[in-house]
Amino acid sequence: MDPDTDIGGPLHRFPVTNHSAIIRARSDDQIVRRRAFDTILASYWKPAYKYIRLKWQAGNEDAKDLTQGFFATAFEKNYFATYDAGKASFQTFLRTCLDAFVANERKAGQRLKRGGDMDHYQLDFLTAEHELASHASDLSPEDYFHREWIRGMFAMSVGALRERCDQTDRSVHFQLFERYDLSDDANVSYAMLAKEFNLEPATVNNYLAAVRREFRRIVIEKLREITATDEEFRTEARSLLGVDVK
Amino acid sequence: MKWISDDKLDRLRTLVANPDFSSTKYTFVKELARGGMGTVYLAEDTELDRHVAIKVLNTPDVTEDLRDRMVREAQIIARLEHPGIVPVHDVGVLPDGRVFYAMKYVRGSRLDEYAAENSSIRDRLRKFQAVCDAVAFAHAHGVIHRDLKPQNIMIGSFGEVLVLDWGVAKLGRGFSRMNTDWPAGTIVGTRDYMSPEQARGEIDQLDERADIYSLGAVLYFLLTNKLPGEARPRSVNAAVSKTAEAICLKAMARSAGERYSSALELSADIGHWLDAEPVSAYRESAFEKVSRWTGKNRFLVLLVLAYLVMRIFFAFTAGR
Repeated sequence: MDPDTDIGGPLHRFPVTNHSAIIRARSDDQIVRRRAFDTILASYWKPAYKYIRLKWQAGNEDAKDLTQGFFATAFEKNYFATYDAGKASFQTFLRTCLDAFVANERKAGQRLKRGGDMDHYQLDFLTAEHELASHASDLSPEDYFHREWIRGMFAMSVGALRERCDQTDRSVHFQLFERYDLSDDANVSYAMLAKEFNLEPATVNNYLAAVRREFRRIVIEKLREITATDEEFRTEARSLLGVDVK
Repeated sequence: MKWISDDKLDRLRTLVANPDFSSTKYTFVKELARGGMGTVYLAEDTELDRHVAIKVLNTPDVTEDLRDRMVREAQIIARLEHPGIVPVHDVGVLPDGRVFYAMKYVRGSRLDEYAAENSSIRDRLRKFQAVCDAVAFAHAHGVIHRDLKPQNIMIGSFGEVLVLDWGVAKLGRGFSRMNTDWPAGTIVGTRDYMSPEQARGEIDQLDERADIYSLGAVLYFLLTNKLPGEARPRSVNAAVSKTAEAICLKAMARSAGERYSSALELSADIGHWLDAEPVSAYRESAFEKVSRWTGKNRFLVLLVLAYLVMRIFFAFTAGR
């Protein structure tokens, strides 16, 4: 491998990012903490559920309870506040906590029954289960967790892009993006889209360039939200942009 | 939230990763190389109808200040007109905030690839001298490269030597008003090739001698085919002469004060060694002096020996 040029922060320590939900999860303000936790939950519940199903060979009901239980306990006991960016990435930390949680639950030998004061999240396990069943993978559970996390990031970013385009009266931009960049049809051309949407080909070009720019911004915003330090943000950005993940 | 297939996911990732050149005169052709600091793409200059190499820096969260600094530095480097320095044609900021600069697209091979195909040490060292000359030119104009390594040196199709990637260069003397470098403690460069002071993040202390160390590390690589390390070159490759090792170790001295004071001085020592002349880095024994002199003047020595043999022969036959 080629030796890479490096630009580190002072003595290779990077400051924490202000936009990070992981940092905000340590807040004393209950509302701020709740919002930050919801951001983390949205990004991680599905990879966590699938990971439990694969690594721990849990049945779907068991995996549902363990996922619910893990996140409820994490919020209640403020797990994420103990995260130390100097030791590992947040993703690795969360997976380690999850492994420890499942191992403890298994050791206790009891099926989790959540109730009472414990939170219960509205999570679409049916879809997650369907995705798991219809898209087999030969990746290790750890790599699969990472891949699913990336998939989730992009799916959320597409959703956010749609919302932003709708709010700013640029639905056509999103439709072009959907038809060209999200289509299964490899034969779609700018000329075809120009005809279909009654636009000039140059306009299609400009709209697509603008919407892709917006999409990139959203992906980076999302990523910044769920990484703890600039160093982790950069590492994950490189990974997300196709450098490190197989 | 809609499921995204693996194919679509890869397409979206490429979409996010590839630079958006829509606001420039360039069109994307393909990715050429990816490094720690940025990615180099092949692009077409639509106005001049030629290929260019565009380096896009890996700084998705670049601040306005950093962006201005990078643009300013690229502008200064663009002024370095030397046959050994790859010309920068253009510099700018992409719509997503990433800084790019367009350079001449050099067809050829990197110095490490070239070394893999050319085992002649003499040939490698002639190329190395050309690198020293280009670096000396930059130093004379107050620019310190800070990231010299075989991967940043290209050997063109006609044997021309070009030093690339001036993206982390430091503007030294003469640029005091423009020079807003990274803060103290920042480590800039490539670990295997950077000087000890650079590795300690003494960014404000760095001068031309940091590049001299890196040149020494490149020389180490050319002599041994290995990444620079603690081992002396001769212990890695026994074929390396004591003189070449001394030149390399002087350039790579841990203390900046013990290194060559300029790239030209280093280049000159290499030239002296290639021409079998004494070098400043190595004190020869009397035997080594004689041995070097005879090696250099082999024809003359043979001629004198032949003359002596003939004299002895004639003296011997005349005496009979």
